[in-house]
Amino acid sequence: MSAVRNETRIGSGAGFAGDRIDAAVELVRDGALDDLVLECLAERTIALAQGRRHADSSLGYDLYAAERFRALLPVAIPRGVRILSNLGAANPVAAGRLAVRVAEENGLECRVAVVTGDDVLDLIDREAPALEDGKPLSSHGEIISANAYLGADALLPGLRAGADVIITGRVADPSLFVAALVDRLGWDLADESLIAAATLAGHLLECGAQVTGGYFADPGYKTVPGLESLGLPFADIRHDGSMTIGKVNGTGGMIDRRTVREQLLYELGDPGAYKTPDVTLDVYGVTLREVAPDRVHVSGAVGRRRPDELKVSVGYRAGFRSEGEISYAGLGCVDRARLAGEIAAQRIRRRGVEPRIDLIGTLDTPNSTPDGECRLRVAAMTDTVDHARDITREVEALYLNGPAGGGGVRTTVTEVIGILSTFIDRTAVTSHTEILEAK
Amino acid sequence: MNTVFLRELAHARAGDKGDTAILSVFPLDDRDYEWLRTYVTAEAVKHHLADYINGDVERFDVPLVCGLQFVCTHALGGGVTTSLALDSHGKSLSSRLLAMRIPARPEDANSQRCSSGETDIGQR
Repeated sequence: MSAVRNETRIGSGAGFAGDRIDAAVELVRDGALDDLVLECLAERTIALAQGRRHADSSLGYDLYAAERFRALLPVAIPRGVRILSNLGAANPVAAGRLAVRVAEENGLECRVAVVTGDDVLDLIDREAPALEDGKPLSSHGEIISANAYLGADALLPGLRAGADVIITGRVADPSLFVAALVDRLGWDLADESLIAAATLAGHLLECGAQVTGGYFADPGYKTVPGLESLGLPFADIRHDGSMTIGKVNGTGGMIDRRTVREQLLYELGDPGAYKTPDVTLDVYGVTLREVAPDRVHVSGAVGRRRPDELKVSVGYRAGFRSEGEISYAGLGCVDRARLAGEIAAQRIRRRGVEPRIDLIGTLDTPNSTPDGECRLRVAAMTDTVDHARDITREVEALYLNGPAGGGGVRTTVTEVIGILSTFIDRTAVTSHTEILEAK
Repeated sequence: MNTVFLRELAHARAGDKGDTAILSVFPLDDRDYEWLRTYVTAEAVKHHLADYINGDVERFDVPLVCGLQFVCTHALGGGVTTSLALDSHGKSLSSRLLAMRIPARPEDANSQRCSSGETDIGQR
């Protein structure tokens, strides 16, 4: 556990599994951080990772975990920057061991805490209705994973044991931030007002560069400087729950009232009731003030009682997605692409499958300008991989059996893991912390 | 009546939860917030995005940041994970929304700033 202080700085080093590692290194090197959070789990990531773990019990964590540890541990550990991440995905223990191995390879001493307990596959009621459609979970397909969204409380034992690195599986994204802030600022998880502030900080930071000018530029309307070297964000959080969002000086991108408010409302349903395992957050009272270039002061989060139940993400085998594309160009290209789509759809319907047809580049102009281009996309869901391949072959067949001038066929068949949601009583879920040492 | 693309007056961001698309709209100039409130209604958004939204649209107003939050159900082809759409997250819906037409703001309109009174961030 760290010494309690009046202000702390926490950074966001990844907003999704594929995020830029070089920007995270820059943030740790030049950002004077206390903590760095790497948020690497989308809804479906754990279900996919579960498949890798089934194939090899030493796998099932984030695919870029080794790359991230190799880049970040050597800059973070000597600076005393703690790393908190959900990159453990379906196998946090293996990811923790990997962190230890990478630390030792680099001559670094550190303590790694691994948090488990989110895997509730054996605990859920498979006949419970899915939130999405009210039908029993089991009726959608073979269930392959069920992970509860753990809260900040699950990470505190590791932090209090002095961990330098905390690895988890499924944890609510803002909770990774809340845990670090509660520990640094000596806050009480029962203080709904401060936990709301911490959750707001987490919400603003968890998508990385989406608050520093990423996912924002629109030439002629919203100009963002230096996008090629976009910096990742940090927040300075004070003991009263107010905060300033910033980024390392000299990095690309920008932070202003507009970038922060887009992220403030991002993915919130009711802005008065954003439920996490830690608190119910109300952002109606949040105010934003530009206090310096690329610095926005944020305050006004309101907290209410946390939910009694934890949300659970359930992964199931949803079949196979078949996709095929073919291009047409020049005069009349849209008409030929449309005709190709009709032909393919009729052939596919004979197989008992209803395809989705998209024309890409369907402005009026491609049809009537000499250099127009239109691409047909045919997509369908099937129950087996063989049926999926039957569909893509119908797109390939358009080469010789469709309209004139079709080219550039590309096809893919992908197994689809669907995600459903349900709830579990929080008292049924127990988290565990394992401490590993790199010496 | 003269109309303009919403893009001339607003910026927007799209997010997703399951089969729900969440579209956040803000004025480029905060003085236009009331104008947007009047014309960018839940019904107008549902009508403009009728090809995509099969459920309901509910609007939440967040005046301190001049925000309009549209929560659109059954809008992502059955859900991000199983949708057959190319953009299964519906990320591009924000730009489609900005292609909606709304009445042009009268140049002499004595429009109100939004209630935050914070720095005006847009340039006319």
